[in-house]
Amino acid sequence: MIHLTPSLALIFQEASRAATALESIKHPDLSKFLVIAAILFIIGVAGVLTRRNLLVIFMSIELILNAANLNFIAFSRYLQDTGRGDPLAGQIFTIFVIVVAAAEAAIGLGIVIALYRNRETIWVDEIDLMKW
Amino acid sequence: MGQMGRMGPMGLMYKYIWLVPLLPLAGAAINGILGRRFRFSEQLIGGIAVGTVALSFIISLTAVVSYGFGSGEAQWPKPYVTTQAAFNWIPAGAVEQTLGQAEASPTIPGANQPAPVLKGKASLLNIQWSYQLDPLSCIFMLVVTGVGLCIFVFATGYMHGETGFYRFFAYMGLFMFSMLVLVMGSNFVMMFVGWEGVGLCSYLLIGYYFNKQEAANASRKAFITNRVGDFGFMLAIFGVIATFGTSQYADVVAKAAGYPVEPLGHWGLMSWIALGLMIGACGKSAQFPLHVWLPDAMAGPTPVSALIHAATMVTAGLYMLTRTNVIFQHSQTMMLVVALVGAFTAIFAATIGITQNDIKKVLAYSTVSQLGFMFLACGVGAFVIGIFHVMTHAFFKALMFLGSGSVIHGMHHEQDMRKMGGLKKYMPITYLTFCAGWLAICGIIPFSGFWSKDEILWNAASTTIIPLGWLVWLVGSIAAMCTAFYMTRLMAMTFWGEERFREHAHSMEHEGHAQKKEHATPHHDAHVPHESPRSMWVPLVVLAVLATIGGFVGISTAFTGGTHVGGRMNIVNWLDPVIWNAETKSFGHPEEGKTERPAEYPPLSALGKGESESSHAGFNLAHTIESAVHSETLTEWVFIIISLVVAGAGIGLGFLFYVKSPGLADVWAARLAPLYKASYNKYWIDEFYGLAITRRTMDLARGVFEFDSQIVDGGVNGTAWLTRLTSKVTGLTDKYFVDGLVNTIANFVVSLMSPIVRAAQTGLTQNYALVMVIGLLIAVALYFIKSS
Repeated sequence: MIHLTPSLALIFQEASRAATALESIKHPDLSKFLVIAAILFIIGVAGVLTRRNLLVIFMSIELILNAANLNFIAFSRYLQDTGRGDPLAGQIFTIFVIVVAAAEAAIGLGIVIALYRNRETIWVDEIDLMKW
Repeated sequence: MGQMGRMGPMGLMYKYIWLVPLLPLAGAAINGILGRRFRFSEQLIGGIAVGTVALSFIISLTAVVSYGFGSGEAQWPKPYVTTQAAFNWIPAGAVEQTLGQAEASPTIPGANQPAPVLKGKASLLNIQWSYQLDPLSCIFMLVVTGVGLCIFVFATGYMHGETGFYRFFAYMGLFMFSMLVLVMGSNFVMMFVGWEGVGLCSYLLIGYYFNKQEAANASRKAFITNRVGDFGFMLAIFGVIATFGTSQYADVVAKAAGYPVEPLGHWGLMSWIALGLMIGACGKSAQFPLHVWLPDAMAGPTPVSALIHAATMVTAGLYMLTRTNVIFQHSQTMMLVVALVGAFTAIFAATIGITQNDIKKVLAYSTVSQLGFMFLACGVGAFVIGIFHVMTHAFFKALMFLGSGSVIHGMHHEQDMRKMGGLKKYMPITYLTFCAGWLAICGIIPFSGFWSKDEILWNAASTTIIPLGWLVWLVGSIAAMCTAFYMTRLMAMTFWGEERFREHAHSMEHEGHAQKKEHATPHHDAHVPHESPRSMWVPLVVLAVLATIGGFVGISTAFTGGTHVGGRMNIVNWLDPVIWNAETKSFGHPEEGKTERPAEYPPLSALGKGESESSHAGFNLAHTIESAVHSETLTEWVFIIISLVVAGAGIGLGFLFYVKSPGLADVWAARLAPLYKASYNKYWIDEFYGLAITRRTMDLARGVFEFDSQIVDGGVNGTAWLTRLTSKVTGLTDKYFVDGLVNTIANFVVSLMSPIVRAAQTGLTQNYALVMVIGLLIAVALYFIKSS
């Protein structure tokens, strides 16, 4: 029986770890999601500020939006776990944001095409019509 | 005001008097509005007009009978005021009785009772639209609707073939409405509405042939002259409201009775109000200074002359005088003025009537003269007799006007009497009826005019209300003789003597009735007069009967043993409650109908005690004679005989001049050339007014126009020029000085600042986004610094 003790301890150890993992799946840690979202947001902002290609700027904007979406989902789940607030509101908001982003992308790409046809470029440092 | 507390079942008869004015108005509205559009036939228009007036007459008659003799008698003589159809017309609110207050202070010499003090009193003035049935309005209602009915019937014949047939009857209906409002209204404001209404209708009807310059001028003249009178009337109404705080007759009369009588020469409140009323009456009733419009008004169609300018409208002044007899009797000065104006007008117009050649002009001056008689009667205090003469005059003058209309119609619109003569053979009915009117106006017993004219002269001679009664009587008698003379002249020139109408070729355009084509129909010779159709002579006969027997309602007391026989059928007894008695200071006479002394002669009843009292009146003809013969009845007989002799003398002179020796008239006209000319030219009154008033007014207007165009317009234009000048100067200053300054400064600032500010505007979207992000970061950093 005595040689079974380490393995039993291991099993218990493993079992408690699995339980903890299960627990963390059931009740995920909010801060991790927020960190990921913040990283995504910063990547997006950096892209918007630094890239010259209009299409890439667009993609960066999508990253910003998705960072916001991730926040919505995370908070939604968090509120669901702690039993406070309406659990579905954040998720539905996300759907809205996706739809609006799709529409925005359609219009934005239209603008890009129109811009290209007029000025033969989509590099933003060459588009300075607003200069005094 | 609705005094309808005790109304029996028969009271229903006079409950509907509000329909009396309304019906002619409805008829007028139908004719006037629909008549032209739907091309009503003459029968329909005439039917509507005559029917509504006939209905009005029937309602009036039943109402009066019920009020005076039927079961409505319980009301008598209290005025019955209908309020069923009435409404609060002008709820004016509080009115301060400013005048009445002022009257309280002075003590009037000779006043035997203090004036009622109305210290700062304010009363609620609520002017109602309500109709009043009282002895006075009864008589006028019957005269207006009754004589009006005859004239309407006549007019359907006379106006036959006129293009404006519907228009004529619309105006006539409107006139009936206005006249009935005038005489039936229960307050001064309603009287004024009717007053202006009849003035308007008079204007419209005189100018009926508006394409004739003469008629258009006459209508304007009538309207403007009436405005002068209306001005006085309006002032009097304001005075009444300011004094008594009400315009309702019943209240005004009751309050006025409490004021002291203002003796001769004293111009108190009552005298001023009475003066205003008198000016109004002068305008409407064509008394001396304002008489000029009435003769010219003959430019209208003859039925109009008969209805408006003889029988009804011109007697509105008399109605007003009698309605306000309390006020007039409180001012001895104004009584004298009324009497003198009346007497002067009577003789003045009568002398003009002698020389006129237009048959309607003669009748017009005769009307003015007769109205003078009525004023004379009112002035000597015999208001009842004045109204009596209104009534008889309405009969015989309407009759004569219609008769003259018939003559004019028969003569194919010839009005000049010099072209007539011998018409009695051709127009027998017109002639016979005209004879009745002629005898009535001359004052031949027993025709109606005799009774009223004789009473007027008798009252003038025996009055103690005013001094100078003998003068008024003398003038009146001479005027009566002139009347008899010129009416005989009219008869002679029109109906008797040789036939002169063949000598003068008839000209259609002479009268402006050129549209009357039916006279040229071949069934009669256009130059021979013909009798008028039945619709024209039936009214003549009716009026002739009335002119003959109408006077018996006021039969002289000398014939009946000193009493007023017939109860309320006697006009003296009927009207008595309306008249204020200066002797007893109350209305009517205490022993009505039973007194030995004739009730309407307060002078004589005062005679016994009052030799000294009436001494202020100076010489009194009747009293002098009475003290000689010691019998009042005998004295009255003396005057009756005098007036008959006077009338006979007038008629005799007329016969002598125009029948027996026709050349005599021209001889005497030549012999008295200045007088003849003065009379023929109407004493140049029109010319005088033209020179003194019309021309001066035109001059004034021109002067004002010059002032306006030169000074006022010059001022305005000068101001405009000045404004333009200053604006130019300001504009230049603005343009070169202010703008220059602004531009200089702006340029300087811009050149200073723009390089710095411009550098920030790169036009690169990413730059702007970067600024935003940096700003965001700073904000977040600040947040964290603050919270830690």
